[in-house]
Amino acid sequence: MVCSEVIAGIKNIFGAFEALSAAQIYADEIRIKIEARFFKGTCLALHRMFSSPVMMLFASDERKDAGKFVVNCVFVNLKKCQWVIVSMDIPQEAAYFDSLAKSIYSSSLFEREIWEMFGIEPKGSPDLRRLRLHDEVWPKENYPLRKDFQKMKAGGLSDYKFDRVEGDGVFEVPVGPVHAGIIGPGHFRFSVAGEPIINLETRLGFSHRGVEKLFEGKSVFEAVRLSECVSGDASFAHSLAFAQAAEKISGVLTPKQAAYLRGIFLELERMHNHVNDIGGMAVDVGFSFPSAYASVIKEGILHLNKKLSANRYLKNINTVGGVSVNLDKDKQRMLLDSLKYIKKDFNQLIRILYSSVSFMDRIDTTGALRRKTAEDLGVVGLIGRASGIHADLREYFPAVHMVYKEARFKMATEESGDVLARLKLRIAEFNESIRLIEEFTGRLIEGREINIHPELKKGSALGYAEGWRGPVLYWLEIDASGLIRRCKIVDPSFLNWQGLSYAVLGNIIPDFPLCNKSFNLSYSGGDL
Amino acid sequence: MLQILKNRILKGVLTRDIEPAFSGAIETAGMELRSLIRKRFGRSLHIRQLDTGSCGACESEIISANNPIYDLQRFGVNFVASPRHADALLVTGPVSKNMFIALKKTYEAMPEPKFVITCGDCALNGGPFKDSYYVCGAVKDILPVVLHIPGCPPSPLQIISALNAFLQNT
Repeated sequence: MVCSEVIAGIKNIFGAFEALSAAQIYADEIRIKIEARFFKGTCLALHRMFSSPVMMLFASDERKDAGKFVVNCVFVNLKKCQWVIVSMDIPQEAAYFDSLAKSIYSSSLFEREIWEMFGIEPKGSPDLRRLRLHDEVWPKENYPLRKDFQKMKAGGLSDYKFDRVEGDGVFEVPVGPVHAGIIGPGHFRFSVAGEPIINLETRLGFSHRGVEKLFEGKSVFEAVRLSECVSGDASFAHSLAFAQAAEKISGVLTPKQAAYLRGIFLELERMHNHVNDIGGMAVDVGFSFPSAYASVIKEGILHLNKKLSANRYLKNINTVGGVSVNLDKDKQRMLLDSLKYIKKDFNQLIRILYSSVSFMDRIDTTGALRRKTAEDLGVVGLIGRASGIHADLREYFPAVHMVYKEARFKMATEESGDVLARLKLRIAEFNESIRLIEEFTGRLIEGREINIHPELKKGSALGYAEGWRGPVLYWLEIDASGLIRRCKIVDPSFLNWQGLSYAVLGNIIPDFPLCNKSFNLSYSGGDL
Repeated sequence: MLQILKNRILKGVLTRDIEPAFSGAIETAGMELRSLIRKRFGRSLHIRQLDTGSCGACESEIISANNPIYDLQRFGVNFVASPRHADALLVTGPVSKNMFIALKKTYEAMPEPKFVITCGDCALNGGPFKDSYYVCGAVKDILPVVLHIPGCPPSPLQIISALNAFLQNT
């Protein structure tokens, strides 16, 4: 789709629309610059045209050079494999914009984020509570992502206000931030009447580390290592999305060999996490044998990662311009041999699970997230696919994931949206990953180059990768000397946490760990 | 049930399955650890793990240390659900401001005698996050830390060896 078609489409729905400028900067990225008064109407039009949630909504601070903030809103057009980015200027004297939250729910969390980080008010938003900068420890009017922010200024602290459910026999069960298991920190507040959960409010932000600010001022080569620490179990997907953003800006075409290798490692990461989650579901219903079995398979894959790349979590592989690890003939053979064992063990694991009636009974219809709810919330990735949302960047974006098209990647989806659907989806994706790795390995050619040194220039771009949880998005803006001015990260967990709050409704609290594990979202990826 | 029994018999004992040399290392380090724990803690060392903002990789490795291949539990190390049951607190992550109070409260909830171990580079000094506006800094400035397990993340074997070396020297 070219620019003019998109603009005509918007005009069709939103008559008053006028663009200040519109350009197709990269083949997969269209940017439309508009006046602030058209922002809401344009976003609503794009939301309807592409039936896309708000994939990203973020601000950047350009007050020093131009006396303004810039707010960007990103939509995805899956059919045409394109990202459409709407941006507007907000003068620093009048730092506010029209909230989208009442019309497009998926923008609500992003708006709260812009408010707490930049102090730009989304006017008319129903909820402006802070997400990550907790009121108990961070005084008001400290906006850390503003460029002139130096140090926290002391000021008044307050308390967070939870939603309250009131009525006869309603009671609250607060859980966290310290949980019973070996797991990240988060606070869950259940409102319960009798056994079923009638409301779950999730308060996160406990592992907020100010990651986006840390990216600023770093060179892209240094920052690619930092991106691996954003979410430790998806470090490869994160560094891949980051590297792709930087590569797009520099205009470097990564060698095909690197694309195959990236595919192999991305799928290995998916495999060890999927099998871990399958084991986790078993352990959360007290079915310990298959869970131990799954952890052995996971250990096998981690050990394989280590032998292939010298790192169990696939760190230090991605570079801007390619990868730093090649697989010679011996390693390829070892990889293919190991996959055979893994496949055999995995099939056994599934047989054990499927032959247990009580296990299957427990997960069937539990924690169902309906498609309509998932769409409204903007749920993405694996959780979305389990609820019937057909979206997988590996299928739709062959421009970057070109090798997936070659390997005839087949997207798996489920319809029912319950724990069973998420289990089935993981099984299907695990098997598909094995097939993909075999395909990619078969296409490797020895002696080909695996990275190109990029010439950096000023610019901005959106990088993306379909990690095991879903799309990992990196918006990157660098200056002429190759230093980062702004890096906005969206981990799939950020929007999917909302999905969990709806999936558990009507279920009993003892099933919460099971629902939670079937989502297995990242605390650190969502909290940044 | 039949599937389970069949797999149980076919798989055998997994605790020494990866590579002979590697399994040997786990076994030697582990047995040493067990005898030290017997000497110093009666039967077992109970650890409460606390994430103060880690990326999740350290947690993943600590969980891995409990899988049937390493099986830390057979050497007498148990991970417990409550700080009230714990001898040691194992802290991961750079301390996020939001977790500062939770960290202190968890430590206070533990019965004496108690000690604190940090795991992973972030917990030592903030690691890659040390310059952040939202990180309180090293765990050792907040609580008395007696042992640090280095790595990003430390592998299960490194965790076992570090515990071992520590118990030997105290």
